[in-house]
Amino acid sequence: MTALPTPTGGSRREWLLTDRPQSRRQARLGQAYRTWLAFRGNWLAMLGLGIVLALIFLAIFADVIAPYHPTIGGDLRTERLLPPSWEHWMGTDGQARDILSRIIYGARLTLLVVTLVALIATPIGLLVGTVAGYFGGWVDTILMRITDIFLAFPRLILALAFVAALGPGIENAIIAIAITSWPPYARLARAETLTIRDQDYIAATRLQGAGSARIIWKHVVPLCMSSVIIRVTLDMAGIILTAAGLGFLGLGAQPPQPEWGAMIADGRRFIIDQWWVATMPGLAIFTVSLAFNLLGDGLRDVLDPKARK
Amino acid sequence: MADADLGEGRRRALPEWVPALARILGTVAVTMLGLMLITFFIGRVVPVDPVILVIGDRAPKSVYDRTFIELGLDKPIWQQFLIYLGQVFQGDLGDSFLTKRPIISDIARVFPATLELATVGILIGTLFGVPLGVFAAVRQGKLADQVVRVVGLIGYSAPIFWLGLLGLLLFYARLHWIGGPGRVDISFEYSFTNRTGLMLLDTAMQGEWAAFRNVVGHIALPGALLGYLSMAYISRMSRSFMLNELGQEYITTARVKGVPERRIIWVHALRNAAVPLVTVIALSYAGLLEGAVLTETVFSWPGLGQYLTNSLQKADMNAVLGCTLVIGTIYIGLNLLSDLLYTLLDPRVRRRT
Repeated sequence: MTALPTPTGGSRREWLLTDRPQSRRQARLGQAYRTWLAFRGNWLAMLGLGIVLALIFLAIFADVIAPYHPTIGGDLRTERLLPPSWEHWMGTDGQARDILSRIIYGARLTLLVVTLVALIATPIGLLVGTVAGYFGGWVDTILMRITDIFLAFPRLILALAFVAALGPGIENAIIAIAITSWPPYARLARAETLTIRDQDYIAATRLQGAGSARIIWKHVVPLCMSSVIIRVTLDMAGIILTAAGLGFLGLGAQPPQPEWGAMIADGRRFIIDQWWVATMPGLAIFTVSLAFNLLGDGLRDVLDPKARK
Repeated sequence: MADADLGEGRRRALPEWVPALARILGTVAVTMLGLMLITFFIGRVVPVDPVILVIGDRAPKSVYDRTFIELGLDKPIWQQFLIYLGQVFQGDLGDSFLTKRPIISDIARVFPATLELATVGILIGTLFGVPLGVFAAVRQGKLADQVVRVVGLIGYSAPIFWLGLLGLLLFYARLHWIGGPGRVDISFEYSFTNRTGLMLLDTAMQGEWAAFRNVVGHIALPGALLGYLSMAYISRMSRSFMLNELGQEYITTARVKGVPERRIIWVHALRNAAVPLVTVIALSYAGLLEGAVLTETVFSWPGLGQYLTNSLQKADMNAVLGCTLVIGTIYIGLNLLSDLLYTLLDPRVRRRT
């Protein structure tokens, strides 16, 4: 944390937790600190956060951490399909590549997918939802009908169809997953907007002459953000699983990219005798999506009092 | 509409669920139209050149031109869409490049396998999920609640194709408890006639119990996996619905009256929680179709999912879009069914409309 100016010499903690904040900034920081304190008490959520941070760390420093090259294997005569050992903690695959190194580099692909999908799908969902909720009437009807149509598809199937048309590859997989991810956010943002739009302060802002775009952007979107962010975090696990599923079917990242789902598909041939080839990347997917689930659950408990019972 | 010319008094005599039904059906019609718009869009607009998607990029120019006309690509796009709509309504989803047969008959052939698998899955998921959820709600915050939560979370987090592979390795290759990939061993395949396409039903009706046991051995693992997947969701939702009911005043009243606790939970509370639960179960049944795509690939299950992935790998776009349309339609159908059941089971919803 950066050093904050503490006005009256009291400890930083007291300054944050004061029930009489002197400035808007102090109030906001204090609120954030209280949220953090509540979040810290949930050890499962902290575990999830720890794993996600570790994943980000692995992705950034893959070059330094990974003991071997992710795509160039060792000697094909002697180093193929070696069981886990001290040299290769997770064994080697059919092309004599170190599985641990491939999983570490694979963290980059996983993070890339999750981040880009969130960055594409969240704004679309927010925009559609807030506009529909704010304007109501036929705008609402049309936008929500479109949303419902997308919701009427099972996500993986729609993503499959899009990738089939666009052609396999990680970029197209990301586009396809993003196209199938935004509808729940739109629904959520609309529901939030419906409760916000009739509030007095919105009416006050409108009387001051603010246009619809300004009201939506400045007053509605910020209030929808927290519940949408929780939902996105909870969806991360689903996004990872969908991406892995596409990879497993050969429609996501293409070889020799070390994508976890594709690695499982690759290890399928050896499952009976060399179990580690398919097991290890699956373990990675499982750990990361469990972490996102725990994190999302924790965030929901802290940020969304309605869900807390 | 037909009832537009009925007298005012006559219309008031209509049961109150009629307008609700009409509105639901209207929604379904619009959604179906949207569904076809999307599959049309994916098939004709997204690909750079739909012709190449059909004939490949090595076909001679004459074939290219002929296909261009055959696909109707020379017509304006809205006309193409109308033609597509007409074909779909006649049950014509085009021919498969792989099997050279109409896609609709291919799908009809593979669908029972998926239906059987998903049904076994949803039965397992419901039979375990609902009691687990109720149990967790009753023991809210206690150890049992946490255990149910973790079991559910694992179901949410593990890739199903990976679990399937590990299951095959452990139970089939190592322990020999179950049958391997496929629906039935070849030695049993011709010991019964295929009537319904549902092998469990066929073998049982014909009294072929050896074959029946073999089929059970094959469906056990993929069925259990899909069941686990839906159990995770169903148990979580049952828990929250039950918590909602257990906090209501009629429960307190029942307790004050001295109704046994077990009866309060399983009869009073569960009956009210069952209304939204029906929706959840219908939706997870639909969700299993999605899970089936990956599961069937792992288990070489000759169903819709495997047909879809095979077509994907061979770039058989007609078949892919046909499957997408069929799965989407089933999805919408199940949604509709759950809406209708909801109206039927919950008098409050009925009256509100």
